[in-house]
Amino acid sequence: MSSDVRFTDFKSDKQPTWCPGCGDFGTMNGMMKALANTGNDPDNTFVVAGIGCSGKIGTYMHSYALHGVHGRALPVGTGVKIANPDLEVMVAGGDGDGYSIGAGHFVHAVRRNVDMTYVVMDNRIYGLTKGQASPTSREDFETSTTPDGSKQPPVNPLALALASGASFIAQSFSSDALRHAEIVQKAVEHDGFGFVNVFSPCVTFNDVDTYDYFRDSLVDVADDDDYDPTDREQAKDAITDADKEYMGVLYQDENSVPYNERHGVEANKADIPDGAPEGAMDLVREFY
Amino acid sequence: MPSDLNWAIGGEAGDGIDSTGKIFAQALSRAGRHVFTSKDFASRIRGGYTAYKIRTSTEKVQSVVDRLDLLVALTQRTIDENLDELHEESVIIYDGERSWEAEIPDEITGVSVPLKSLAEDAGGAIMANTVALGAACEIASFPIENLDESLEKRFGDKGSKIVENNKDAARLGRDHVRENYGEFDYELETTDNDYVLLNGDEAIGMGAIAAGCRFYAGYPITPATDVMHYLIGRIEQYGGHVIQAEDELSAINMALGAARAGARSMTATSGPGIDLMAETFGLAATSETPLVICDVMRSGPSTGMPTKQEQGDLNMTLYGGHGEVPRFVVAPTTISECFHKTVEAFNLAEKYQLPVYLVSDLALAVTEETFDPMEFDMDEVEVERGKVVDDETVDEWLDEEGRFRAHADTEDGISPRSLPGTADGAHMSTGLEHDELGRRTESTDMRVKQVDKRQRKVETARERETFDYREFGDPAAETLVISWGSNEGALVEALDILENEGIDVRVLSVPYIFPRPDLTEEVEAAEDVIVVECNKTGQFADLIEHDVLTRVQRINKYTGVRFKADELAEEIKGALAADTEVTA
Ligand SMILES: Cc1ncc(C[n+]2csc(CCOP(=O)(O)OP(=O)(O)O)c2C)c(N)n1
Ligand code: SF4
Repeated sequence: MSSDVRFTDFKSDKQPTWCPGCGDFGTMNGMMKALANTGNDPDNTFVVAGIGCSGKIGTYMHSYALHGVHGRALPVGTGVKIANPDLEVMVAGGDGDGYSIGAGHFVHAVRRNVDMTYVVMDNRIYGLTKGQASPTSREDFETSTTPDGSKQPPVNPLALALASGASFIAQSFSSDALRHAEIVQKAVEHDGFGFVNVFSPCVTFNDVDTYDYFRDSLVDVADDDDYDPTDREQAKDAITDADKEYMGVLYQDENSVPYNERHGVEANKADIPDGAPEGAMDLVREFY
Repeated sequence: MPSDLNWAIGGEAGDGIDSTGKIFAQALSRAGRHVFTSKDFASRIRGGYTAYKIRTSTEKVQSVVDRLDLLVALTQRTIDENLDELHEESVIIYDGERSWEAEIPDEITGVSVPLKSLAEDAGGAIMANTVALGAACEIASFPIENLDESLEKRFGDKGSKIVENNKDAARLGRDHVRENYGEFDYELETTDNDYVLLNGDEAIGMGAIAAGCRFYAGYPITPATDVMHYLIGRIEQYGGHVIQAEDELSAINMALGAARAGARSMTATSGPGIDLMAETFGLAATSETPLVICDVMRSGPSTGMPTKQEQGDLNMTLYGGHGEVPRFVVAPTTISECFHKTVEAFNLAEKYQLPVYLVSDLALAVTEETFDPMEFDMDEVEVERGKVVDDETVDEWLDEEGRFRAHADTEDGISPRSLPGTADGAHMSTGLEHDELGRRTESTDMRVKQVDKRQRKVETARERETFDYREFGDPAAETLVISWGSNEGALVEALDILENEGIDVRVLSVPYIFPRPDLTEEVEAAEDVIVVECNKTGQFADLIEHDVLTRVQRINKYTGVRFKADELAEEIKGALAADTEVTA
């Protein structure tokens, strides 16, 4: 790890094909800043991306990376981190990717508490497939697949995470650049699964959950001196508050013990001998 | 005095059938006798007929036969289920004091042993099966001392008292037979031979550790679960880790992540799980990730018959998934091959940077067989990691802007691989079509280049590797029998039966499905060609016909039960007779 890494070192020379103004630009910049600020460099960083506009992020960043199949980025990140705990692992995806097709994996990744950061670019719509309802779309929201307005209430990903035993839950807003980078950085620094739901507006297909909407309505818990993110009850109240949306670190378990520490898998698994491991004949003798 | 014995214990699931059978099988193997075991089980945990069968001989045994000499029957159903296999000299051990009244068929000797009450005398009714083992030892003239070590192995963790009680229980069973019945016509001699006894799933797990597998992610499914059971608690001692995923989608993606991080990585499942993994299989192929995916086949489609044998997934492993992707399909033909082909699967995966299907089947998975331990000689294991670059060699593969060409278009189709942590080797991989740097492209030229490059790896492998077959019988015989998977053992024994009747047969057992050996010459040299497999449509026979452009005869079995040696001999005779009728 070199100390002179700048966040632009995490930028690839590929120009993003996101629509001008897409929230994903800001989300990505914050992720790169957080990585640089925490002393990582591209050679020790592994970015796993899902599918969707959000999932393209791995292409625009420079590091070791895998752009996988729809909804399965979290298991890939889990495998990477267990196989090589020296790597900084960052998993990124969209609300459709993470809370619809990948919802099952989300619950289990949260409870496993592998030491990685999961950033979800939540634009409350399917972007890449051109504007269908997503699991976080509001009730009555009109989209191409819900012409009369969605008749399904949205999932609350933060509540889902809390109920699944999350050790770190945060929410941020891609256009509040410094604050967003700071929140992601806290997730990276967290010992365990750092989950950040980022409001990352889709300027093309979502005219409800816009920059203006988030700017006007988000409440930063950091502005409230009485808010204590280590207090699970307080976090629960904020996360399940139907009238307000909060940003900041909403919950952090100070006693979090990540998967690798609990299971004693702290060594890089890529180094293997040229032949069977020493003492392997013992495996055969067991069958006497 | 026959020294060969076909023994079985049967009862209800939950009666401890498996562990009792295993204790006896281990005792026989430790006494230097060859053993071949098979299991009959239903898909339920308690109740339902279940049996553990053992064939033992001083000669190698590798098939099930239609004959049962000594049966420990814990239920009437055990007797009824096995009526066909019992014969005049068969002996049935049963508990004459229990509530069910055993109906022993005429002309078969019933040996009544008060299993439960003798077990109580030894310290607890739970040892009834051990009493039966003692009785079986006496009937088979097999020295009971041989049982002791197996009992220690099985009950050692429970304390020496339990072990001693079991030893006593076995002796009470022996004495009861000795005092109440005369001599029986068996004598299971012991030898100084040194054997190990294991099943196919264990051999796969052992092969994985030997090959340096460091990460296994799986989701339980019969009959693949034993691979995970084997690895858990063992692989850790060799630096690896097992994780139970939430489903097969997760399992294969975790394995893929670990492989990209540089670990040798594997997942194992059975048919339904393979279906779920198909999408990520394509990702592994396109992103050129070395991954071993083991399919322990069972009866399909859908949930089919989960505890029964079939070889129906061959087409799925060969063609499954959308689009066209290169892959290797390797199918071990014996339990010992399960070990060797697993090691080879890891080497192939890394040398050619693609996913390898390791296809086994239920018959291999749940049967145990004795082997000379040197069949698993760990000194012979070679680990070949392929074109992995390090901090020094990475430079050769950078473009003029210093970017790593992870999917460089090379002559042999194999690109360099940089493991995370390698300076300057950072790159991205994707399931999208990509350029040499791994970045998405829709360029028609690059698409063609990358598709050709990936395909070229298979051609390179055909040149560099030997994808051969195992051969048995008479190389000059006019009858050629081709088989894949677990049928080999039964075929090899069928050869002897046929030879005794003056019928010469050449058997080819093919462990490589793709790439596979070209059998044109062998097929053309034969008069009759028969392909044997456990499925309805003859998926492997189709491949042979396609390769060789000729019709072959097929012997297919899809009852859910594996082939037996004597049955196969009959089938082959039948096929030959039918053929002469047509041509005559
Ligand atoms: C198995 C599978 N189903 C469907 C798709 C098509 N698909 C691509 S992106 C996407 C939705 C992505 O939505 P979201 O995660 O919200 O990402 P966004 O584009 O909004 O960033 C879908 C359904 C796919 N690629 N794979
Ligand atoms: S469609 Fe929406 S999410 Fe996708 S790039 Fe455009 S603005 Fe961003």
